[in-house]
Amino acid sequence: MPNKEMRAAYCDKLIELASKDPKVVVLEADLMKASGTMGFKKAFPDRGIDAGIAEANMVGVAAGLSANGYIPFAATFGCFASRRAYDQFFLSANYAKLNVKLTGTDPGISAAFNGGTHMPFEDGPLMRMIPGLPIVEPSDAVSAAAFTELVYQHKGSTYMRLHRKSVDPIYDENEKFEIGQGKVLSDGKDAAIIALGAIEVREAIKARGILASEGVDAAVIDILTLKPIDRKLVLSYAAKTGRIVTAEDEQVAGGLGSEVSMLLTETGTACRLAMVGIHDEFGQVGTTDWLMQHYKMTAKDIAEKVMGLMK
Amino acid sequence: MPLSRTEIEGLTEFAAKIRTNTIFCIANLGVGHIGGSLSIVDLLAYLYGHEMNVKPDDPLWGDRDQLVLSKGHAGPALYSTLSLKGFFPVSWLDTLNQGGTRLPSHCDRTRTPGIDMSTGSLGQGLSVACGMALANKLDGKTRRVFAIIGDGETQEGQNWEAAEFASQFKLSNLIAFTDYNKLQIDGTTDEIMSLGDIEARWQSFGWHTERCSGHDFEAIFEAVAGASKQTDKPSMIILDTIKGKGMKVFENQVSSHNAPVTLEMAREATGREGYYAE
Repeated sequence: MPNKEMRAAYCDKLIELASKDPKVVVLEADLMKASGTMGFKKAFPDRGIDAGIAEANMVGVAAGLSANGYIPFAATFGCFASRRAYDQFFLSANYAKLNVKLTGTDPGISAAFNGGTHMPFEDGPLMRMIPGLPIVEPSDAVSAAAFTELVYQHKGSTYMRLHRKSVDPIYDENEKFEIGQGKVLSDGKDAAIIALGAIEVREAIKARGILASEGVDAAVIDILTLKPIDRKLVLSYAAKTGRIVTAEDEQVAGGLGSEVSMLLTETGTACRLAMVGIHDEFGQVGTTDWLMQHYKMTAKDIAEKVMGLMK
Repeated sequence: MPLSRTEIEGLTEFAAKIRTNTIFCIANLGVGHIGGSLSIVDLLAYLYGHEMNVKPDDPLWGDRDQLVLSKGHAGPALYSTLSLKGFFPVSWLDTLNQGGTRLPSHCDRTRTPGIDMSTGSLGQGLSVACGMALANKLDGKTRRVFAIIGDGETQEGQNWEAAEFASQFKLSNLIAFTDYNKLQIDGTTDEIMSLGDIEARWQSFGWHTERCSGHDFEAIFEAVAGASKQTDKPSMIILDTIKGKGMKVFENQVSSHNAPVTLEMAREATGREGYYAE
């Protein structure tokens, strides 16, 4: 049986939540098919709202629904969720302290053939500037379902970066998650690879294998939440290994690399740091594999960064 | 039944108090969005004095009618209205824009009792009003959502996304007003970015429209009555208004948007020595 698509996990969880809670509604901007929420519309015709190709209005409508007691899950490609509707999400949802669950799909290079116009390298960093906003990025279908429920339970707006496609499972069905809690996928004593997102978490796991053959014992952490970062976990591995490589599918400026860098410097933690991700570049078309090589985000690139810190 | 003479007199008196307090709270601070606040005073008096079903002692009452003041910079006029209505003490008006105030220049639902939505980045309010109206429809509630947008504000494209949405979802429980005072910061709306045949624009988006003076209670009453009859269309009521209405020095002046106001000017405009009407 093929692995479940992450968007299917998202939709199934929304249907489950909506069956129990009549206040759960879904909004889309003509991407219901892409986000995989057609099933929700079928199950709850009145509560599956297609707002058309008008993301700014969709986010505003979501804020209004929230003001009157609904729990709106609004989704679109991450580039539009952030760049297109940022002011609406900032003001109508967050500044107004409303409860809008925004999902940006096709994060980073997973946008592949849609190319630079559709490739959000900046959604996480932009969202990180909104005070108090949790930003989560599940890495497989199990964590996608779990985080959909966690953002539902969270009181206040949230942003979820959601890879749409199917990926190999990382977590057991019974794994428990929390917003702000990373997962140690493998322990290690020489360095820690802190990864974010479906693509880079898998590259980090592969990198650990490459490093093992070089005699380097690297821990792999799936951080899962960009904000609030799991400070305790990051600092404990900084203390334990003295070497951290962050790996993310977005701009390191403003993203995970920045978050970890700030944490280490603010706490005066002696730890070497290197960052894998996008370094001040736009996206472009290509297969995900080609893009990963182009932007130096492969397991090999991560392993090389770790080896660089070993010198 | 049309408004009675007594009702009109009551609204006239309410509007005069709102106008007085709006002028004095801005004068007390020394500067503010006087023009666009004064142009909607009569509308606010009508809505809170006659039309809207609200409970000042229970601002979040679940069956209340709601107002989204999308032109959030007119906050002082709405604060004056809400305080006279009893949502909070009139004395709060003295705190306008002071650090830590519950009455910031632009409306903030998290700070002020009776404010239904935070606004200030122009163009966002109508979308939020659509969401509220849709929620009321899903809930099967008969309560209504009112929205006030500025004429210059209609230049923001998001309004037209909201216009499509309200029409598509048949939000007949949404009644919006355009404060058509024909002025914006840099000049007249015709000079900067004409609204053209504004009624025809809204009609072409599937809205029911009405047009009348924004300073005539009977006319506003008739327009809202016309809007309330709609069963499958949202309504836009275009109100012809005078920016700065009630302060001769500011009436129909481009410079009235955000202007210095002295206590002397306030006394001259209101004929009152002291501060606020209660």
